[in-house]
Amino acid sequence: MELTYTAADLAFRDTVRAFLDANLPSDLQKKVRNHLRLSRQDYVRWHQIVARQGWAAPGWPVEHGGTGWSATQRHIWEEECARAGTPPILPFGVNMVAPVIMAFGNEAQKAHYLPRILNCEDWWCQGYSEPGSGSDLASLKTTAERSGDHYIVNGQKTWTTLGQHADMIFCLVRTDTTVRKQEGISFLLIDMKSPGITVRPIIMLDEDHEVNEVFFDNVQVPVQNLIGQENKGWTYAKYLLGHERTGIAAVGRSKRELLFLKKIASEHYKHGKPLLQDPVYAAKVANLEIELMALETTVLRVITRESRAPGPEASLLKVRGSEIQQMLTELMIEALGPDALAFDTDYLEGKADHAVTGDDAAAPLAGYYFNFRKTSIYGGSNEIQKNIITQMILGL
Amino acid sequence: MDFNFKQEQQQFADALRRWVDKDYGFDVRHRIIHSASGVSDAAWDMLVELGMTALPVPQEQGGFDGTAVDLLLVMQELGRGLVVEPYFATVWGAQFLKLAGNQYHLLQDVAEGKLKLACALGEKHSRHDLADIKTIASINGEGYRIDGTKTVVIHGGQAGALIVSARSAGTQRDTNGISLFVVPADTPGITVRDYRTIDGQRAATVQFQHVAVPASALLSKLGGGWEMLDEAADYGASLLCAEAVGAMDALFTATLDYLKTRKQFGTPIGGFQALQHRMADMYIHLEQARSMAMLAAARMSCGDAEERRRVVSAAKVRVGQAAKFVGQQAVQLHGGMGVTDELPAAHHFKRLTMIELTLGDVDHHLERFIAQRGFQQHS
Repeated sequence: MELTYTAADLAFRDTVRAFLDANLPSDLQKKVRNHLRLSRQDYVRWHQIVARQGWAAPGWPVEHGGTGWSATQRHIWEEECARAGTPPILPFGVNMVAPVIMAFGNEAQKAHYLPRILNCEDWWCQGYSEPGSGSDLASLKTTAERSGDHYIVNGQKTWTTLGQHADMIFCLVRTDTTVRKQEGISFLLIDMKSPGITVRPIIMLDEDHEVNEVFFDNVQVPVQNLIGQENKGWTYAKYLLGHERTGIAAVGRSKRELLFLKKIASEHYKHGKPLLQDPVYAAKVANLEIELMALETTVLRVITRESRAPGPEASLLKVRGSEIQQMLTELMIEALGPDALAFDTDYLEGKADHAVTGDDAAAPLAGYYFNFRKTSIYGGSNEIQKNIITQMILGL
Repeated sequence: MDFNFKQEQQQFADALRRWVDKDYGFDVRHRIIHSASGVSDAAWDMLVELGMTALPVPQEQGGFDGTAVDLLLVMQELGRGLVVEPYFATVWGAQFLKLAGNQYHLLQDVAEGKLKLACALGEKHSRHDLADIKTIASINGEGYRIDGTKTVVIHGGQAGALIVSARSAGTQRDTNGISLFVVPADTPGITVRDYRTIDGQRAATVQFQHVAVPASALLSKLGGGWEMLDEAADYGASLLCAEAVGAMDALFTATLDYLKTRKQFGTPIGGFQALQHRMADMYIHLEQARSMAMLAAARMSCGDAEERRRVVSAAKVRVGQAAKFVGQQAVQLHGGMGVTDELPAAHHFKRLTMIELTLGDVDHHLERFIAQRGFQQHS
C-alpha cells in the first residue's frame, strides 16, 4: 500500500498544470471560480482548446483519440482542471453517448460521430427522462415506429440539460409495446434540427435556463441512426450508466469549493471574529472536510483497482459526492447570513460587471445553493443509488 | 497510488484470521472474559508464535520492522475476532520504546513475547487531553520519583512494564514539562487495581506512590516528552481505527446475513426497503471509515507532524461516526436478539463504542483537526 503519487505521477501533474496555466483563458477561469453562468460559447471554447491538445477524451481508447493515460493520470487531470477552475467538458457527448457508439455502433457511426464529439463540433444532449418516467426510466412512452427507411418518433422528453444548445440528442424510445418494458426499448440518435422537434425551457428555482422539455411530433429519423439492434436499447443504457461514473463524485471540484467556503467564512464575521474561528461553525466545516477526505480516498481506491472497471461502488461515490456538494453550498449561504438574500441575475449573466450589493463573491451563492439540490436527484436519485447498492453489492 | 497489500502482509493477516476462526471462537472468548484473569496465556502464546509480537519491533531487536500499514491488517483481524488479549496495549507501548530509541532489551522482550506493556497516561480529570497531567516526576538522586494516579490503563494489570507520563515541570495542562518513563510493573510503590471493561477487555487504576526509577527509565528528554506522547497517541489511535474497521466489517456481514435469513410476514426482512436503505447507509459508512483507517496508517510515517495529526484526527472522527452508526443500526436490525449477550453482534457493538471513547472521541478529534494551522488556510 503506497498512498502517495509516484515521481512520474507528480511529473505528469506538473505537465498538466503548465498546460492549464498557459491555456485556460482568464475570463473563463474567473466565471467558473466566481460561480457565474457559462454561455454555450464558453463551454465550446474550452472544449476545443483541450481538444487541440488531444486531451478532450482521456478515457477513450487511443485509436479513437484517447490519451492512453492510466486511471491515476486521468484522476490527476480531472483534479487539476477542477483546481484551476476550468469549465467542465460536458459529459453528454464524450462520456455518455461516445462509449455507447464505440461499444455498439457500426463503423459508419463511429467514423462520423466520434471525431465530431472529440472536437465539440456537435453539442449532444440526453433524451432519457419523460414526465411519467423518472426513476422508473424503463416505463418510458416516447415511441419510434418503423416506416420504410425511417423511424417516426412521437412523445416527450424532459430534464434535457442544456438541450437548448444541442445539435444532437440520444434518445431511449419504445419500439415494441407488446413485450416486457425493458425489452421494447431502442437507442436512437436524433438531429435536433429535425422538423417536428420543439424545445421548451424549464426555468429552475434559481431562474436559470439549464433544462428543457423536448417534444417530438412525427419526427423522421433515418434508420441508420439506430445504435446496435432494435429493442436492445435498455442494455446499452445500462452500459452507459456503468461508464465513467467515478467522476460523479466531483471530488476535485468540491476541494476547490471547500477553499472558497473557507475564504468567505474568513471574510464574514461573528462576534467580531472570522466565522471560520467560531467553534460551532468550524465543526460543520471540519466534518465536511473530513467526509471529503474520506471520499477522495474511496474514489482513489475504486479507480486504482485497474483489474476491473468501477461497478456499483460508483453509487456510493454518487451519494456521498452529491451530499458533500450540497453541504458546501449550504455552509456558504450560512456563512453569508443576510448577505445571501440579494439576487442579481444581471451580474450572474455577465450583463453587469459587479453585483448590486458590491459583494461579487456572495452574489451567486444563494442561487447556487438552490440549484444544487438537483445533485441528489439527477443521475439516478440517491434513493435509486441505494437501491443499486442493495441489489448489486448487498445482494438483498 | 496503490491500495493493495503485499502478499506477505495478507498472509500474515490470513494466518491470524484462521487461528481466530479455529481457536478463538465466540464461546472460547466468552470463557476467557469470564475467567479470573480475563485473558488467555495460551492465546498470547499463539499470537507470539504467529509472529504478531515481533511484527512491530525493529529488526535489530529481533522483530519484523512492521509499519502502521502492516499493523492495520492485524488490528482489523483482531477487531473482527473480538480478541481481548493485551496486544493493542503492548504494540502501542512498544511505539514509545521505538520512538525513545534507548530501550533495546525491552523491545527484544516484546518481540519474543516475554514482555507485555501498558500505557499509563490518562488521569481522572484529563478526559482525552493527554497533556492534562497531575502525576509528578521529581528528581530523586541519580533518577526520578513518580507520584500520582493513572486511570483506565488498558491492560494495566496484565503488563510487565508501564509507559508512564508525568509532569517534571509546568502547570497541569502544559505541553511543556511532560516526561515519559518506562517502569517495571512490580516496582515498589506501584498499586494496580485491575477490572473488567464492558467490552470484555481489562483495564486498571494504577497508583504510583514514591516510585523510584533510575535515569535510564526516561524515554524522552526531561520535560520534553510531549511530541513523543502526541505521536505515539496518534499511532495508538490509528491502530484503534483499524480494529474498529475489522469489527464493523464483521458486524456488517452478520447483519446482512441476518437480513437474508430472518423472516417476518412470510419473507426475509431484507426485502423491506426501509431496512435495505439502512444497510446501504451502513455500507457507505463502513467504506468511508475503511478509507480513513488506510489513510491514517499510510500517513503515520509521512514525516510531517501536522499532516499526521490532521489525518489521524480525521480518521478517528470518521471511524467514530461510522462505528456509532454501524453499531447502533446493526443492533436495531437484529431486533431483540441484538440486545442479548448471546450474539457476537452485541459484543462488536460494545467494543466499537468503547473504541470511540478511547484515545479521543469524535468531538476531541474534530477540535484537534480544527486546531491545525492548515484548517484556516484557504488558498
